[in-house]
Amino acid sequence: MGARTVADMNPQGERWTAEQVLALAPDAASRTAGGKLAAHGTWSGAGAHGQAVWGLCSGSGSKPYQTVVDLNGPGYRCSCPSRKFPCKHALGLLLLWTSGEGGVPAGGEPPEWAEQWLGDRRERAGKLAAGARDGGPGPGGGTGDAAGKGGSGAAADPEAARRRAERRAERIAAGATELERRLADLLRDGLASADRAGYGAWDETAARMIDAQAPGLEARVRELAAIPSSGPGWPARLLEECALAHLLNQGFLQLDRLPEQLAATTRTRVGLTTPVAELLATEEAIRDRWLVLGRQDGTDGRLTTRRIWLRGERTHRMALLLSFSTPGQSPELALPTGLVLDADLAYYPAARPLRATIGARHGEAAGAAPPPAPPAAEGCEGSGVPEGCDVETALAAYGAALGEDPWLDGWPVVLADVVPVPGDDGWQLADGRSGSALPVDPRCAGRTDLWRLMAISGGGPVTVFGECGHRGFSPITTWDPTPVSLIGTAAQGGTR
Amino acid sequence: MTSTTPVASATSSASSAPTTAKATTAHTAASAPSASATSSVSSASWDDLVAAALLGTERRTPPVAPRPGQDTPSALLDAAALSTVRRRAGLRPAPARPGPDRAPEDPRPALPMAAHSRLALLLADRSAPGRGGSRSAPDLAELLPQWLALANHHGYRVPDALLPALLDAARARTDLRAEALTLGGPRALWLALLNPDWKFALRGAAGRASASLPEPPEATAPPDEEQRLWEEGLFAERVSLLAAARHRDPAAGLALLGGTWSTERAEDRLMFLDSLRDDLSPSDEPFLEQALSDRSRNVRATAAELLSALPGSALAARMAERTRSCVSLTTDGPTAEGPTDDGATDGGRTTDGLVSDERTAAVRTPRIAVRPPDECDSGMQRDGIVPKPPSGRGERSWWLGQLVEATPLDRWTEWFGGRGPAVIVALPVADGWQADLHAALCRAAVRQRSAEWCRALLGTPAVAPVTAGDAAPAAWRDPAKLLAALPSRERAEWVAEFIASHGLSDAFRLLGVCAVPWAEPLGRAVVDALDIARDAGSYPWSFSGIMGLAERCLDPAQADRLEALTAIPDEREGAAPGAGGYWAEAFQRLVGTLRLREAMRAELDPT
Repeated sequence: MGARTVADMNPQGERWTAEQVLALAPDAASRTAGGKLAAHGTWSGAGAHGQAVWGLCSGSGSKPYQTVVDLNGPGYRCSCPSRKFPCKHALGLLLLWTSGEGGVPAGGEPPEWAEQWLGDRRERAGKLAAGARDGGPGPGGGTGDAAGKGGSGAAADPEAARRRAERRAERIAAGATELERRLADLLRDGLASADRAGYGAWDETAARMIDAQAPGLEARVRELAAIPSSGPGWPARLLEECALAHLLNQGFLQLDRLPEQLAATTRTRVGLTTPVAELLATEEAIRDRWLVLGRQDGTDGRLTTRRIWLRGERTHRMALLLSFSTPGQSPELALPTGLVLDADLAYYPAARPLRATIGARHGEAAGAAPPPAPPAAEGCEGSGVPEGCDVETALAAYGAALGEDPWLDGWPVVLADVVPVPGDDGWQLADGRSGSALPVDPRCAGRTDLWRLMAISGGGPVTVFGECGHRGFSPITTWDPTPVSLIGTAAQGGTR
Repeated sequence: MTSTTPVASATSSASSAPTTAKATTAHTAASAPSASATSSVSSASWDDLVAAALLGTERRTPPVAPRPGQDTPSALLDAAALSTVRRRAGLRPAPARPGPDRAPEDPRPALPMAAHSRLALLLADRSAPGRGGSRSAPDLAELLPQWLALANHHGYRVPDALLPALLDAARARTDLRAEALTLGGPRALWLALLNPDWKFALRGAAGRASASLPEPPEATAPPDEEQRLWEEGLFAERVSLLAAARHRDPAAGLALLGGTWSTERAEDRLMFLDSLRDDLSPSDEPFLEQALSDRSRNVRATAAELLSALPGSALAARMAERTRSCVSLTTDGPTAEGPTDDGATDGGRTTDGLVSDERTAAVRTPRIAVRPPDECDSGMQRDGIVPKPPSGRGERSWWLGQLVEATPLDRWTEWFGGRGPAVIVALPVADGWQADLHAALCRAAVRQRSAEWCRALLGTPAVAPVTAGDAAPAAWRDPAKLLAALPSRERAEWVAEFIASHGLSDAFRLLGVCAVPWAEPLGRAVVDALDIARDAGSYPWSFSGIMGLAERCLDPAQADRLEALTAIPDEREGAAPGAGGYWAEAFQRLVGTLRLREAMRAELDPT
């Protein structure tokens, strides 16, 4: 959804680092395979010019694979049969290119097969840009098609769109009412019955929420179903989540009595989204130099969701970009952590705006082709350690955000000068000066590379970006002083 | 997470609580615009709400007052929502636990950027499933050992961010441990102390690896601290400490051990004793001599083994004396060919040293006569001779073998009239004792690291037998060990000549002990032999072991020569079907790996 606009952004003009390339890989296996292919002997006729990198990779067949990458986006094309995207050949080619050892000489014209695809791509991008300029909200531009599912074909009149939106709101309201009944029954019989009833009892409710086109409610129901098996203390957690679901139901059922911003938050929470095109057309664009603070990919088995967090240099505002893909493919949005992006951002309307989408990017002119720099040891720009706050301030930031959006599980913050402390009953991020500490979210144990954080700290203070929430702090990035992701490969391995 | 402390003491005293309440009331108020309801809701304790919810509102009336028209469960949920958001918004930090000490400084330079990325890739490959996706792509995990060795050669330290992955790799593969821990340096040990998964790093190998650093962490510990750690530390810490102390000052390390020796458990004594091996010196002899009377048989055996590796030790002298009584040089008896010896100079032969005159020796063809010991007395047993042979071996030959193995090799030259090792090895041995004697000499040569004797026992590669059966000379039971004692240059030449004469089929273990990268003429010999094997029409996987070895060990400079072999040749008559294509693929992979290794080397080169 949000990815389409980003795919046509300007590139950062210099030769990438290997980390940036590896971050594009859809999974660990592709990363490895790409690494193996990044050898001189494997490639012939390779070259780079402007935003294009191309080469022929000798595979097991008689005919070499034609691989071409458009750094603008980036976009990939390869004649191999792999369904991974980008495939290992594209990754290998880029890795060879990043190494800067002459395996992919700069200059020269792309061969015909590469030029053809690059040309097609440029043409498509040009059309899209033209469309965005005069199209305004674009097709289906009303509040209709709120699910944001493409909507390209829906060139219907606004009246029909309004009717559709009304129908959907009614269905969601019916779903919310049903969920309210379900919760009331549960409280009447006692939470202890939820333990006995097990998972199945919730399945039907979740299915009803899907029927009601309320994915936000469905996700909450699935979470409720999992709590009774989540270990000691589950009744309190179940009551908390039931209460927040109840709060959401009530909010949606009385939407017109809520302040406008809170109503927007409520709508988003039940699963109504605003189409990107509408967002860019109606919301105020905030231009800033946005520092990419971190990235986390997650999957529910059907969809991979990539989260990228930004912070504005001037506005100091946090922003969250989402990008989606089907399993086996990499979400298109690939901003490397540490990058500083001069761009317009449009926030989704909310009482506490966080999620945003990228509009126009400034800086290097589109399509301009600065000559590839020699392999830069300093990595990408903005590799300095960002400013952060202390433990107390981080909790206060979450508390304040919660005041506006009671359903927030966490709020992104940069913690400065904290020391990781391992322990038998969980990790802490300790602030040596104040003697206070934030516990690390216990759910991080299997998915975050806390030992990497420990190794980097060496027992001394570090800066850590992550989400501060009621379960504790979830580390995402640290700096050594270049950004280092703490989202372990273990997490990605677990999703396979 | 329990209900009481999601983050810490969940008081609702935080300043942000009122704003939260406002937001929450915005919802509850939507259904209940009554202030009194809100206030009664907020007074109920969270635990009371949970208790009511758990049992059900039918069984227990919750401490909430429903609004008119509202049912009790909804009122309970209203109250719970308010309480939940309020507690979350009012979370306070927890008291900080004491953190670990700071990691010691590591002054070594950081890796160049490209090498840093390379290491990340090599370590990632280790954990990747389904290896060998492409037959023509290199196996990165196999390159890790030499990458580590090369990085250590340049004296780099590992990037902190990759330290956990490096330790995981070393945990899984013992062959990586020494180099990985050297690269990891003091911070690896610091980290390993915090995570039980990595406790392997605290064992002896770690001490040795870190001791080779410019500033080992142990060296900074003051003597008092060292003594305290030695007396109170965990076993792993103590082994590491001892190894480091020994490396720094063998006598001081020994003193440390001697101080507590009598109170150590037998298995610990064995481990500590074994750790003396690397920095063994003649001054250790009194201690080892005393350990020969240890209560534990294994400790005694290890002490004897260490003593026999000290050629000047009293034990070595006792062993030599015993061996001397078992062997002698004679010239009587039948000779294989040539004229009969005149026997006139029998008495003077061993004393005047004239036998170095080869002609005389050849004419007389003296033989080694062997009379193995009749018994294994208590003195022999105290010196580490194991009295009971393994089944199937005669006990006298078993004792003899142990005596010869522990006898300093230079005594043989002394006893046999100044003859050199080569001459002694060539001497016939009477009564079928040759196999036993030579096998024992091989073990002695390996244990005493004598290049001269290893060379003599190996003989000439061209005439070396290809099979290592019982009939083969004793050296051929384990030629690789003998080769390992030779200088690397000579090793490469010997193996190259062997391959030129016998081909690759028996060369695998020999190649395994050659220094990497293979020096010329060895690399050339291997490439030629592979070329010949291809021309002979066999399939490349018959040589997959050698191919794998070649990928790791060939000098990358051979890549250009090999490039010519990557073309698919025309299928010839008599060749295995499709073999040409498979060979081309195998050579492609070989060339690819060599180029990758060259790139790895260049990345690590600081200039």
